[in-house]
Amino acid sequence: MNRRTLLASAALGLGLTLAGGAQAAGMDHVKACFVYVGPIGDGGYTYQHDQGRLALEKALGDKVETAYQESVPEGADAERVLTQMALSGCNIIFTTSFGYMDATNNVAAKFPNVMFEHATGYKREHPNVSTYNARFYEGRTVQGTIAGMVTKSNKIGYIGSFPIPEVIMGINAYYLAAKKVNPDVELSVIWAYTWFDPAKEADAAKAMIEQGVDVVAQHTDSTAPLAEAAKTGGKVIGFGQASDMAAYKPTPRVTSTIDNWGPYYIKRVQALLDGTYEQVDSWEGIASGEVEIGEITDALPPDVKAAAEKVRDEIASGALHSFTGPINKQDGSVWLTEGQTAPDGDLLSMNFYVEGIKGDIPQ
Amino acid sequence: MDFGAINPTILIASLMVAAVPIMLAALGELVVEKSGVLNLGVEGMMIIGAIAGFVTAVHTGSPVAGFAGGAVAGALLSLVFAFLTQFLLTNQVATGLALTLFGLGLSSLAGQGYNGIKPPATHAVPFGPLADIPFFGRVVFGHDWMVYASIALVALVWWVLRATRLGLVIRAVGENHEAAHSLGYKVNRIRLGCTVFGGAMAGLGGAYVSLVRVPQWTDGITAGAGWIALAIVVFASWKPWRVLIGAYLFGGITVLQLNLQAAGSRIPVEYLSMSPYLITILVLVIMSSGRGRAGLNAPAALGQNFHASR
Repeated sequence: MNRRTLLASAALGLGLTLAGGAQAAGMDHVKACFVYVGPIGDGGYTYQHDQGRLALEKALGDKVETAYQESVPEGADAERVLTQMALSGCNIIFTTSFGYMDATNNVAAKFPNVMFEHATGYKREHPNVSTYNARFYEGRTVQGTIAGMVTKSNKIGYIGSFPIPEVIMGINAYYLAAKKVNPDVELSVIWAYTWFDPAKEADAAKAMIEQGVDVVAQHTDSTAPLAEAAKTGGKVIGFGQASDMAAYKPTPRVTSTIDNWGPYYIKRVQALLDGTYEQVDSWEGIASGEVEIGEITDALPPDVKAAAEKVRDEIASGALHSFTGPINKQDGSVWLTEGQTAPDGDLLSMNFYVEGIKGDIPQ
Repeated sequence: MDFGAINPTILIASLMVAAVPIMLAALGELVVEKSGVLNLGVEGMMIIGAIAGFVTAVHTGSPVAGFAGGAVAGALLSLVFAFLTQFLLTNQVATGLALTLFGLGLSSLAGQGYNGIKPPATHAVPFGPLADIPFFGRVVFGHDWMVYASIALVALVWWVLRATRLGLVIRAVGENHEAAHSLGYKVNRIRLGCTVFGGAMAGLGGAYVSLVRVPQWTDGITAGAGWIALAIVVFASWKPWRVLIGAYLFGGITVLQLNLQAAGSRIPVEYLSMSPYLITILVLVIMSSGRGRAGLNAPAALGQNFHASR
């Protein structure tokens, strides 16, 4: 080690100690930083995280200062961005995509006094890493109910992004709900291998529609599939994903699953201010408002609308769980017995289709 | 392999639409490269065309005005490139890459507030009873006017490059700028003109994405189509009709792989997803094997700057 690096590391060490001293119990002022996987202008997933950030600023006023970076690639770049944020005085950093999981934990090891919050992940390797997620599959149950009742061709579609548990969970919940109200329903899945590529998403929706699918659900972030459905003049419907996508009301967008992160962000930063902050693994759903079901429009027949609202309310009250037995896996083996509900662990590591879905999950 | 559920008529009709943006952009870039300029900023010009076309169409209510706006914006951005490379003699590769980054950023800035708005619709050209003919009705007579315009533009570029004095001059400048200069042609001005044409075509392609193919604005909407266009120019060995084939092939495989997935094909998704790129690489390898640069038909002065003092 030469003299220059020695001095640099000494200075760094000193800085860290100072930052640590200010942490003790409660804080007067918190700098909260956000890392986004897409542009805020995606109108979907990242847009909703940014709405959460704005809600945080509004709720806590001058006690909080926020900063963000958009379109950060998942991988080595993320680690660089996180390090930069930690060095620039962020007290709490929200990393808002699954792919930041390892980067978050790696950087958290180096900055024990900075709190890290990773969305949709499961690794909490250090005491300063918390994870948070929302039970989006509950929204899929509402969508599936609508899909099963409305479809005329008995073919419903799902544009998947990547074959990760989060998405597979959504596909299964969607299919189970549709099958419950319509035993003849068939599901076709297209893997787009992207979270955000409007042209590709539009092509995927088009391919489905050409093959007779008349309800298209999407797990990708842009409004392109809805725009494609709109071209059919009301014959095909879809759902708002992550954001309300209200521009496509009343049809093809008949309802939506909205990610409402504001309450969680406010709760966590408030805890940091109060000195009550603790490591958590948060997974809330419709009941607590993290998953919001957007307006169910009158473009649906009244009985369908009523059924969808009933499902929504039952999930909110806890009377209904999206995965309630008996449910078999695709290969016919038993997953849940009569009346049994899925344990969270099974859901978070889900890598199988339920019985009735055709095709294989790409490995 | 199961093709049972896939209707070839619909497949061909939709691949013609899917291919339009890359075809327009590639055609423009072909002319640019024919004049000896390598502009890697196609992606940037496309996305500027996409947002400018979208904004124009939304405010005027006319898709035609939107396409014009997209072309003008693409041309303006390419003018920046032309000024830098032709008059300040900057490196073309670096300038082109910078143009892409600049275009992506600028479009994102300009697009603030345009998310979630629907542009005025571009309808299929009404051919009346012709559109009801089986197969041909859908494939030949069932499109919006830009699909026909794009094919007409391929024919036009082919004719100009092959049979006119202007085409000869462009090719001369691209093959040997010293010789063209000594004959009295203004090399830099001709290249500037070609670059602007290329920019306008890329802008037009971008506007097609935001006005017809996806009909909406979102950041990063072109998602790499400009790079595909660049590859198609090489793939086409700088020949206009081959650009059309290349674009249809690429568009076709992209559409086919999604259709195969929706039809529940047994082919693993990974192979289907990579197939468009794989086949593009494969064809490039086959075409360039055993022959040199001349055999590939690349313009000899491609990417070289020219200054009269040399």
